[in-house]
Amino acid sequence: MSGHSNWPEWIYVGVVIALMVWVGAEAWEAERLVEHVPEGAEIIKVTGQQWFWTFEHEDGTKEIGELHVEKGKAYKFEIHSKDVNHSFNIHDYVILMDAIPGRVNTVWFAPTDVGEHDIQCREYCGLIHYNMRGTLYVEEPSS
Amino acid sequence: MVLELQKPRPIWQIMFSTHHTDVGLLYLISSLGFLFLGGALALAIRAELFLPGAQIIGDAMTFNRIFTVHGTTLIFLFIIPFASSVGNYFVPIMVRYKDMAYPKLNAIAFWMIPPAGALIWLGFADFTWYATPPYSIISAPGPAADMWIFGLKILGISSVLGAINFIVTILKCKHPDMSIGQVPLLAWSFLSSSLIILVAIPTFAAALLMLLTDRLGVSGFFNPAMGGDPIAYAHLFWFTFHPEVYVLVIPAIGMMYEIIPRFSRKPIYSFNSGIFAFVLLSIVGFSSWAHHMYATGMSFTEKTVFMVGTLAAVPASAMHVFNFIATMWNSRIKFSTPMMWAVGGIALFFSAGAGGVANAAMPLDFSTHDTYWVVGHFHLFVMGTIAFGSIAFLYYMFPYVTGRMYNETMGKIHFVMSFIGTVLVFFTQHVLGLYGMPRRIFDYPPIPEWIAMNQIASVGAMIIGVSMAIFLANMIYSSGKGQLANTEDPFGVGGKYYYPFEAKNPSH
Repeated sequence: MSGHSNWPEWIYVGVVIALMVWVGAEAWEAERLVEHVPEGAEIIKVTGQQWFWTFEHEDGTKEIGELHVEKGKAYKFEIHSKDVNHSFNIHDYVILMDAIPGRVNTVWFAPTDVGEHDIQCREYCGLIHYNMRGTLYVEEPSS
Repeated sequence: MVLELQKPRPIWQIMFSTHHTDVGLLYLISSLGFLFLGGALALAIRAELFLPGAQIIGDAMTFNRIFTVHGTTLIFLFIIPFASSVGNYFVPIMVRYKDMAYPKLNAIAFWMIPPAGALIWLGFADFTWYATPPYSIISAPGPAADMWIFGLKILGISSVLGAINFIVTILKCKHPDMSIGQVPLLAWSFLSSSLIILVAIPTFAAALLMLLTDRLGVSGFFNPAMGGDPIAYAHLFWFTFHPEVYVLVIPAIGMMYEIIPRFSRKPIYSFNSGIFAFVLLSIVGFSSWAHHMYATGMSFTEKTVFMVGTLAAVPASAMHVFNFIATMWNSRIKFSTPMMWAVGGIALFFSAGAGGVANAAMPLDFSTHDTYWVVGHFHLFVMGTIAFGSIAFLYYMFPYVTGRMYNETMGKIHFVMSFIGTVLVFFTQHVLGLYGMPRRIFDYPPIPEWIAMNQIASVGAMIIGVSMAIFLANMIYSSGKGQLANTEDPFGVGGKYYYPFEAKNPSH
């Protein structure tokens, strides 16, 4: 070799490894918290099919393309698909979970503010994938 | 040796030749042809997304077909064949052998590409380059989908044959006086990427066959209606195609290893760390495939394993960047066109890697996955790193292939425009992804931020398009009428041009 010492490279590699360990540890901790579903979360069954979303609340009411929830409550989505893969996405709440035929995936959230948010499909599912959209309405608690 | 255009030969002598530089030339011309075809599709996509509503592409189906063929073309018909071209020209020379180990196999591997390309282009499938079931089984229209499957099958065989040839040439045909540690880093990059191909490709080859029989209805591997599981396909696909990312990027890094020291007029900072990083990357590249699948409902443990596997690949990539910077440090750099492209490529490689770390971190991935962030991220690799490295090397090998010099000013304009364009398109797409725009959509709602960022990206794409037209003109004009190159030292960096240049007619 050219005879120069290699210590700058070792220090650099050490710094990179330390950064990666830090990123990994932070991500691990955050994901662990995010995945912890609160007790008593209300279940909403989400069904994806070409090219719309259907929601079924615990009391049996069904909605198509729209989802009404109440502020301050925790909800757990049980997501599945009737035909091809979709991905259920409420971007404002960083909710993303694939809807896959033959499987039920879960994800939860607890809306904090009243408002309207977009629901969309984020996995390619064919012709009208671009318009497989819906709206989430977060409302004041009824009681 | 090459000098094709100075000593014209009938075209069939090149087409039916098995000489490594002739096969290299065939690879080169066909890969550049597909670069422009695939690039034209990219411009169509960007024009369509300039505003919400249908613009120039009438319907969603056509749009879906266009981005599918765009991706398939540029990955399989530009990047890989371009690397094969460079390997064909220089690997035998670098290991001091007269040709590739198996010249006929080499020609066969090339001649599989045109029929595969024809299948992909004539079919024009719509199920994305990922061909995900069950969409690809129950919903994607035939015969386009079937033609795509056969096209990819043929390209897989071609890659495996090419990989075998490179491995045997480097390990078995290198000059007996040469130890493996003396093989130049460019040849090392082909050794590493070829080994990855041999391990990775068979998995996808199997998945393709299963996909085909599923489409025919005789099996149900990935079809839930017949008891199959689409996630199994995702694992098989990404087990091949995450390592495939390294297959694409490693030769481009190897090309930069050739260029950076030459124009820095200094030996590479650490040859051994280059080799070490290539080998390390080829191994840890296999530990990260399911980071593409966090949102498929993987358990916390699975996600953690694949996050660690992904982050483990970062130090190896970072070592290359360090090696390049340390080589350029305190050196007398000559910023000729190839050097500009290589340095730009390193900068974008670093940016792409940094974005990749964000994707790998589990909670952040749910924000970026399947949005334009991911589109921006991997394009910084395939365009910013791999295409930049490849174009750098194309300028670098231009005097070697043609015996003439390209126009330096046009080359620099090409670089400056492409660099600005790449930053405008793909950095903006990262931000667009954070605003939530999904990938692969033909139309989008008129959200002001989405419109603004799509317009910036589309303008950037048009700048790249213009620069590529300049590039094409430069290549065509200069290969016929450019100044004769000083074959000893075409770039005026002092010292001898690396490659032996004596004219030697193909002997097969």
